[in-house]
Amino acid sequence: MNQYKERILNGIIKENPTFILVLGMCPTLAVTTSAINGIGMGLSTMAVLILSNMIISFLRNVIPDQVRIPGYIVVIASLVTVVELVLKAYIPSLYSALGLYIPLIVVNCIILGRAEAYASKSTPLLAACDGLGMGLGFTIALTLIGIFRELIGAGKFFGMSVMPAGYQPVAIFVSAPGAFIVLGALIAVLNGLHIQNNGNKKVEGCAGDCCSCGKAVCPDRKEEQKTESQGV
Amino acid sequence: MSEMVLLLVGAALVNNVVLSQFYGLCPFLGVSKQVKTAASMGVAVIFVITIASAVASLIYDFVLTPLDLQFLQTIVFILVIAGLVQFVEMFLKKSSPALYQALGVYLPLITTNCAVLGVALTNVQKEYDFVSSVVNGIGTSVGFTIAIVIMAGIRERMENNNIIGPLKGMPIVLFTAALMAIAFNGFSGLI
Repeated sequence: MNQYKERILNGIIKENPTFILVLGMCPTLAVTTSAINGIGMGLSTMAVLILSNMIISFLRNVIPDQVRIPGYIVVIASLVTVVELVLKAYIPSLYSALGLYIPLIVVNCIILGRAEAYASKSTPLLAACDGLGMGLGFTIALTLIGIFRELIGAGKFFGMSVMPAGYQPVAIFVSAPGAFIVLGALIAVLNGLHIQNNGNKKVEGCAGDCCSCGKAVCPDRKEEQKTESQGV
Repeated sequence: MSEMVLLLVGAALVNNVVLSQFYGLCPFLGVSKQVKTAASMGVAVIFVITIASAVASLIYDFVLTPLDLQFLQTIVFILVIAGLVQFVEMFLKKSSPALYQALGVYLPLITTNCAVLGVALTNVQKEYDFVSSVVNGIGTSVGFTIAIVIMAGIRERMENNNIIGPLKGMPIVLFTAALMAIAFNGFSGLI
């Protein structure tokens, strides 16, 4: 039981995909103009993540090693299409608010990264818990960013006006630059807390790009690092 | 003709793919430590996005639409992109080893660059024809290259600066990106 709990907490706190691993930035910054959009995106991603982790874990002995990445992508893309159709049918308002970013869940590196780094090596139940933890961590992060952006940029909290009447909304926070500022500030605050607690060890983000998150997703990753270090 | 120029400038500068649409942020934040690597990544992206938007547009018009299978677009496009990247890699390896040396290591990374899938899906959503799709693809990828090269230039300068503890690493890069996004907002009056 502890194992499962550890997996869930790991995704939310220790390896939070947004704040610690700095993965899946595109949806994180694009859809968080309001808290409710953040929750919607987080939950959609979580649904795909749990199911894809489970299916890939079930199939881990069936999929040949050489074609595993295309195999994973087909599983993930199918699930994303299902989520897209469900949202279109039952929550059309969210569907139109998230727009193109729903199909783009396919290329969210958190999902492929977890499939490669965890689901392909563990039992279905553990993999599902890992998906749940990562999904929750992602949802919490997106909601948090959404809350800040909505509060500063529109003076609202989940759609309700909460700021005093004289408050002038800082519109830049709901447009593109605000997304970068809020995420940067949140990571800086976490870094600050981390430094206070653990000395001067800074939080290391996704070092390369999407591919590095799965550690082994792309075989050429090592080669790239080699050429980079030679270049220095 | 002028429509195409507008589309090109619009995609490259006004609606910059990274700074206002948030596609392709992972390589933008990850592979922007040096101008040289950033430029190679940019060229590889231009290469792949241009071909991918052409192929995706053809497949949508001549395979998915006649068969009434538009809802499969996500699956089909991502597989086409993955296959295409693989093919481009093998083709370059055989035909132009020099170019492969320069771009090779970046090609596999591009499959998970959401700008590629993003452009293909945008083209379909906006009902662009074949030529407009390709022009939009070129514009978008040029915009990506401009953004990542500028970012790498700034980051090279920042290396030598003394940045306070909590802002080291990602936060300062994100703040830089925010300032760049504000600067690129200035292009919005262009068309």
